[in-house]
Amino acid sequence: MIRKILDMSTLDKSLLNELDDYILSLEGKKEEHLIHVLHKAQSLFGYLPQNLQLYIARKLDLPAARVNGVVTFYSFFNEKPVGKYTISVCMGTACFVKGADKVLDRVMEVTGTKKGEMSKDGLFTIKDVRCIGACGLAPVLTINDKVYGKVKPKDVDDIIRHYRSIQNDRK
Amino acid sequence: MIVNNINDLKAWKKQCPKKADYKINVLVCNGTSCMSSDSEMIAKMIEKELEKRSIEAEIRIIKTGCFGFCGQGPIIKIEPDDITYVQVKVEDVNDIVDSHLVHRTLVERLLYKEPNEKDQIKDGSGMKFYKKQMRIALRNCGEIDPENIEDYIVNDGYLALAKVLEEYSPEDVISIIKKSSLRGRGGGGFPTGLKWELTRKVKSDQKYIVCNADEGDPGAFMDRSILEGDPHSILEAMMIAGYAIGANHGLIYIRAEYGVATERLRKAIAAAKKAGLIGENIFGTEFSFDIEIKLGAGAFVCGEETALIHSMEGLRGEPTKKPPFPSEAGYRNKPTSVNNVETFANIPAIIINGPEWFSSIGTKSSKGTKVFALAGQIRNNGLVEVPMGTTFNEIVYEIGGGHPEGKEIKAIQIGGPSGGVITKEFFDMEIDYDSLQSKGAMMGSGGMIIMDEDTDMVQVAKFYLDFTQDESCGKCTPCRIGTKRMYEILERLVNMEGSPEDLNKLKVLGENIKSTSLCGLGQTAPNPVLSTMKYFKEEYEAYAYRTKKRAYSIDPNLCVGCTKCARNCPVSCISGSVREVHIIDESKCIACGACYEACPVNAIIKP
Repeated sequence: MIRKILDMSTLDKSLLNELDDYILSLEGKKEEHLIHVLHKAQSLFGYLPQNLQLYIARKLDLPAARVNGVVTFYSFFNEKPVGKYTISVCMGTACFVKGADKVLDRVMEVTGTKKGEMSKDGLFTIKDVRCIGACGLAPVLTINDKVYGKVKPKDVDDIIRHYRSIQNDRK
Repeated sequence: MIVNNINDLKAWKKQCPKKADYKINVLVCNGTSCMSSDSEMIAKMIEKELEKRSIEAEIRIIKTGCFGFCGQGPIIKIEPDDITYVQVKVEDVNDIVDSHLVHRTLVERLLYKEPNEKDQIKDGSGMKFYKKQMRIALRNCGEIDPENIEDYIVNDGYLALAKVLEEYSPEDVISIIKKSSLRGRGGGGFPTGLKWELTRKVKSDQKYIVCNADEGDPGAFMDRSILEGDPHSILEAMMIAGYAIGANHGLIYIRAEYGVATERLRKAIAAAKKAGLIGENIFGTEFSFDIEIKLGAGAFVCGEETALIHSMEGLRGEPTKKPPFPSEAGYRNKPTSVNNVETFANIPAIIINGPEWFSSIGTKSSKGTKVFALAGQIRNNGLVEVPMGTTFNEIVYEIGGGHPEGKEIKAIQIGGPSGGVITKEFFDMEIDYDSLQSKGAMMGSGGMIIMDEDTDMVQVAKFYLDFTQDESCGKCTPCRIGTKRMYEILERLVNMEGSPEDLNKLKVLGENIKSTSLCGLGQTAPNPVLSTMKYFKEEYEAYAYRTKKRAYSIDPNLCVGCTKCARNCPVSCISGSVREVHIIDESKCIACGACYEACPVNAIIKP
């Protein structure tokens, strides 16, 4: 097997500085804060590529395997890049019995993207998520922090169109 | 204000602005559910309109936590008039301000109307949804501004902590909680007082109190609503628990998905610290306490206490064998008491009203109230808190308003992926920990998913198993491989590739996983399958013997030839011309039900 050498020099320096400052501000045993550090890193970089995981491991004086073990254990962390908007379709029970699977199908169809992947234009990442606890609004999907409730498959087109149009306006 | 003793707190309470200080209080729900329907914007706009009319001084807008009636959101309540408006939109703001707040006339179109009844209902207490409820854990949700500590203080906030520190020894506190018979609301129902006593007994230089806010059961959102609507009550209860077991450090482990709740907790901790209610020498006593927040990162198994502790230590959230129990060796190997959010929410009320009051509510084995999250095929979605011993019939038909289209409700799934189903013959059963267990279900965290006659129970079981086999942490074999094999059998069945033998395999495998898994996740994972197999055997058999009809058909005697079904069919498998009987090509039908929904004369026959 060919070993891939992880190149940490490609990581954005100013973001790394911000991450360093955050790590410095932590009190007590650094390794106990690993999950918080990963949250911070993901909010800065958008995702956790392997070279960034290695950087964090060195910084916290932990084996890289331990960091990777934690990253891959928790569903919140992404090792692959994510789109500008993450569309999360809730697959909790309440949403499921109200047809969330059909909503997800429509989302995948309209964006032309599979579950867990990023659309070609880098705009959307499609995810199915565990219950977000807005069961009264089932079925629910969220786009970044915005929650859409009582979504019907046919509503999906308008929602996606809205995000595409904001993007075009910016251009 | 800095509180140095109980008198300071009492003096502060007198100074705090009360609802009575204002001519009108406008309570706008700012729970996650209502916020997604612009309730934050609505509150802001009302504020602006009041300023325009220069009446902002006499009217207070309170952005509250969840009212519970999420299906009717956004909700606005106006006090002291006791008027509740439902499904309020941004466009309704002007009407509410002009008609109600200025001219004091009702905006009738926004009042709630009970289904099948003519009259609109003006007040919350008059709604059937609230009539049978009793709010202890949710006492402040929808009543106060969770981001304002003074609102909590006015409602006897931190008084229970003051009472405990001034009047009781730690042993007294434990005996009060034991006497109240409070049991853990997170799932297993372990007696809270006993848990504290066990943790107190272990000698150690350091102990910890952990609040388990890793609410992961799909369909349950009571913990989030409490944290969003009344965060100080959790902080207060954690300190009371800390005093009882001899801990001076508390940790709240909360799901990363719960952004609003985390933010409100942070604000609450900061406000309590500023007031000297969290920190050194609280109420001028020897007792000191500090609280920190630990974020989860999306792993269902972390609701299990040993897994949760490992996650807080920055490790993979894998469970470990018990004993040692966390009460002996928990966080950082020190004695730790892990309690659930709803359990904590009951504590201040028990201290203030006494254990006898609490234990007078409920059934013989389960005292107090329980919050249930009603979801699925039910008219009134939302959070309800009822005394233990309330029946399913009362919850589903009186509070929940029954099925939205009047269909028959055939089962209720309770307890999430660890629970089971309760069928309609048992809907008159009084709900408590033991009655549920006797039927093969469990309380869990209290998610209730209502399922109607159209729900395919094998699919439901498969859905839950898909969840647990995916969330299995992989540490122990029965859970890691067993649940996967069970899922494969179910998949085979629903694809019509199974055999009658599979049913027996499912049962044996399920029972083995239950008895040999390491933690609660595996030990309960087969429950949804075993329980649906017990009560809906015929649905499993239809798949196993491959007699399950999968296509819709049309009753030729009822069909009027309106063509609606054909126009709605996504795979165009319905043929027939206008005013002629239509026919479904059963080999092409995907059983989506679009024709069934579209037919105006109920001529479509379900598979």
